[in-house]
Amino acid sequence: MAQNGVVTAPGTKWSEKADSFGLSPPESDEVHVLAVDDSLVDRKVIERLLKISACNCKVTAVESGIRALQFLGLDTEKSPSDGFDSLKVDLIITDYCMPGMTGYELLKKIKESSTFKQIPVVIMSSENVLARIDRCLEEGAEDFIVKPVKLSDVKRLKDYYMTREVRAGSYQDREEAGRINKRKLPDTDTTPDDLSSSQPSISTSAPPSSPSSSPPSSSSSVPSSPPTVLDSPIRRLKMTSTD
Amino acid sequence: MIGMLGREYLKLFYKQDEGEGEVAGVFKYQAKTGLPLWMLGLGADRLWADMNRLLAFLFHQGILDEQFLQLQQLQDETSPNFVSEVVNIYFHESEKLLRNLRGLLMERELSDYKKMGIHLNQFMGSSSSIGAKRVRNVCVAFRAATEQNNRAGCLRALEMLEQEYCYLKSKLHELFQIEQQRALAAGVRYPAQN
Repeated sequence: MAQNGVVTAPGTKWSEKADSFGLSPPESDEVHVLAVDDSLVDRKVIERLLKISACNCKVTAVESGIRALQFLGLDTEKSPSDGFDSLKVDLIITDYCMPGMTGYELLKKIKESSTFKQIPVVIMSSENVLARIDRCLEEGAEDFIVKPVKLSDVKRLKDYYMTREVRAGSYQDREEAGRINKRKLPDTDTTPDDLSSSQPSISTSAPPSSPSSSPPSSSSSVPSSPPTVLDSPIRRLKMTSTD
Repeated sequence: MIGMLGREYLKLFYKQDEGEGEVAGVFKYQAKTGLPLWMLGLGADRLWADMNRLLAFLFHQGILDEQFLQLQQLQDETSPNFVSEVVNIYFHESEKLLRNLRGLLMERELSDYKKMGIHLNQFMGSSSSIGAKRVRNVCVAFRAATEQNNRAGCLRALEMLEQEYCYLKSKLHELFQIEQQRALAAGVRYPAQN
């Protein structure tokens, strides 16, 4: 099971950091999800849901926003490209209500980072509050799941990271691609200078001219709020849940 | 109300009992031989029925909801004890929360209602994640009392919460025991019986 809450100093070599989080080197087809939730019960459930919904899913579960930022290397002033930037993350799923840093605050921090802003972020919450949902979407969240999380919810998440896999197609130099937290389109020139660029080559915010591998159900093509929030696959109209 | 899901579940798996003897706790014994069912090799089916009867009861009473079924769907050969693992974590966390709540409410000076609310949110969240519907509902009422700084209401709610939690725990233990016996029974082989 994934480790959580482990602290390592920034700039730690990748292998050391990976060990402390219980990770092995990334494999080409593997999807890596970072799950953030203060409840151990929920962490266990979401991890299992993710693993069942996608065979090649590796899950790192941490207990707080701070831990998540530490994992990503965003917790210091230093540029995250120092050292262990090959810990690629394909999706971040976080609880909204957490002590310390809320999921919303974590979302903001991620979207403010040039290195990580393309990573799709999904928010979970037991409260079905429209204002909260809108706020998260406006801040760039891909989706909002009302708890308790079900298999059908998690299956929907595939859309957010699978498109990138399809589009990325075959990228030979996996190691090089793994050095930054994005994969590259086959026809993109890869230069070290691209490390700090924020070209969204993998997220669903690709330009419309990209091949039609984006699923039609994808509701947001840009970080700003989607045109019709109500039409999105967000399961917030689960009216049976209490307010 | 079992709900459609519960009824379908029941239809699929319920089988008629066939002359069972007395029940000693959750271990059913055959009247003729006095042996526990699981030893007889016939037990698996009946224990399957027992388990589903208990589940149907728990759904009907609103103690569990469909989220519990979702957990069961996550259990398979690669993770054969998933449900009991998660539930045991839930028990552990819940008991800690209940102790904290009682501690906060028993404080001589002003009770920290806000802190209680935070604990209750956690309790509500984990309860809903495993499908513990009634426990969760009591948490909701309890939380409302904390928002009004209503000490008497909180005390009543805490009592009810402890009761509901204890009941849930005993029922889930029962469920897991039957499941264990079923696993044992399924592993026992006897010559074919008519």
